[in-house]
Amino acid sequence: MDIQVRVWRQAGPSDKGKMVTYDVKDISPDASFLEMLDVLNENLILSGDEPVAFDHDCREGICGACGMMINGVAHGPEKATTTCQLHMRHFNDGDTIDVEPWRAAPFPVIKDLVVNRGAFDRIIQAGGYITAPTGTAPEAHSTPVPKPDADLAFEAATCIGCGACVAACPNGSSMLFTAAKVAHLGLMPQGQPERATRVIDMLEAQDDAGFGGCTNMGECTTVCPKGIPLTLIGRLNADYRKSVRGN
Amino acid sequence: MPKVQGKRRPRGVRSSIALKILMAVTGLLLVGFLYVHMIGNLKIFFGAETFDHYAHWLRTIGTPLLPQDWYLWIQRAVLTFAVIGHITAAVILARRASKARPVKYSHRPKVQGSYAARTMRWGGVIVLLFIIYHILDLTTGTLNPNGKPGEVYANVAADFAPSRWYVTLFYTLSIVAVGFHLRHGLWSAARTLGQQRPHGEKIARAVALVLSVVLVVGYLSVPFAVLIGLVD
Repeated sequence: MDIQVRVWRQAGPSDKGKMVTYDVKDISPDASFLEMLDVLNENLILSGDEPVAFDHDCREGICGACGMMINGVAHGPEKATTTCQLHMRHFNDGDTIDVEPWRAAPFPVIKDLVVNRGAFDRIIQAGGYITAPTGTAPEAHSTPVPKPDADLAFEAATCIGCGACVAACPNGSSMLFTAAKVAHLGLMPQGQPERATRVIDMLEAQDDAGFGGCTNMGECTTVCPKGIPLTLIGRLNADYRKSVRGN
Repeated sequence: MPKVQGKRRPRGVRSSIALKILMAVTGLLLVGFLYVHMIGNLKIFFGAETFDHYAHWLRTIGTPLLPQDWYLWIQRAVLTFAVIGHITAAVILARRASKARPVKYSHRPKVQGSYAARTMRWGGVIVLLFIIYHILDLTTGTLNPNGKPGEVYANVAADFAPSRWYVTLFYTLSIVAVGFHLRHGLWSAARTLGQQRPHGEKIARAVALVLSVVLVVGYLSVPFAVLIGLVD
């Protein structure tokens, strides 16, 4: 199939950047979106141009490295799918596809489609950990966890920190990401000692990074490749309220 | 949960969630007022005497413990603080949100949230303008064609007379804006205050919808009753 891509090109953090149109011919419908960009980049290199920079790593939908706005939707049109797992068969021959980086003040563009997601690391550093002695792993059966808690914690823990929630949010908020981390640790017995400080510290790091506030639109959960539920934000809000009141 | 030890001032009270909680609490207070106000309005269907008597009674609430009108002024003060708190938090959050996305997407389909969710901010502005007009119209009587204190029934009837169709139109649009604002706002407030179960979310959304529709119907019944001559 032959397609046209309009890609955001930006040479560096201080460059102004603009959308540039390229033709990509003879793409297999079974190619992934990133493979299509690989083909585009090979053509660009052959013609002496700078290839399009984009983040990627595992290419099997589990690492969270890839991600771009495809026709204005984070990770493209398929639900619960990362960009690397999106295939060209979901597009039509002759389509023009717009590709842009995540847009958020805390995610400055480094080059083309690559953004600096260090703000997520700062939120994690602020409270996304538990205090436990290192060494031999303890006997798992010695700490019982109710099944529903374990399931919900696992659902929250599937967050890969790709940043799609921020990119999709009309407020540029990272609330779903923070909520997932707070829920995932806060549901576990091991996460209890820091439960109250965690939520306050992570929220403070989130606000300091310049993310917006949540208005419960639900855009984040719609594009989340792991389908992190919006209900976790309610859990975050409840945890926050209890922490501030010292309940 | 153990209490968080304060490093500086009480920590976390200026976070975006604290502002949201302020919006949720003030919003719920204002919705409570809207419901009481609506029930009062519906007394117009019992005739001029009942309605005017009810309006006069409002000034005597709390007497003889409080002097005449005092309760009303206390309520007005509380509502004004609630409105100011709600709007201040909204403005701070809206400014943070716009700062969080300095470069817009060149290709952006319509946000998938409901119409109500997408119009919260501008809808809120419309509601504020309406409140100002409404106070000048039916509280102070400044913009009312009858505008005599105590003649509440006559003031309402004169306000929504068929010849003043534009007032009825503005009133209708404003009340519908309130309805949309509450449809997302009520559910959103529940979520902000900690609603977190999928089943509870369905209930919260349904309750928000029902409360919004009842409110819109209740408020609009008055001007339309005047328009069709049921109240004159």
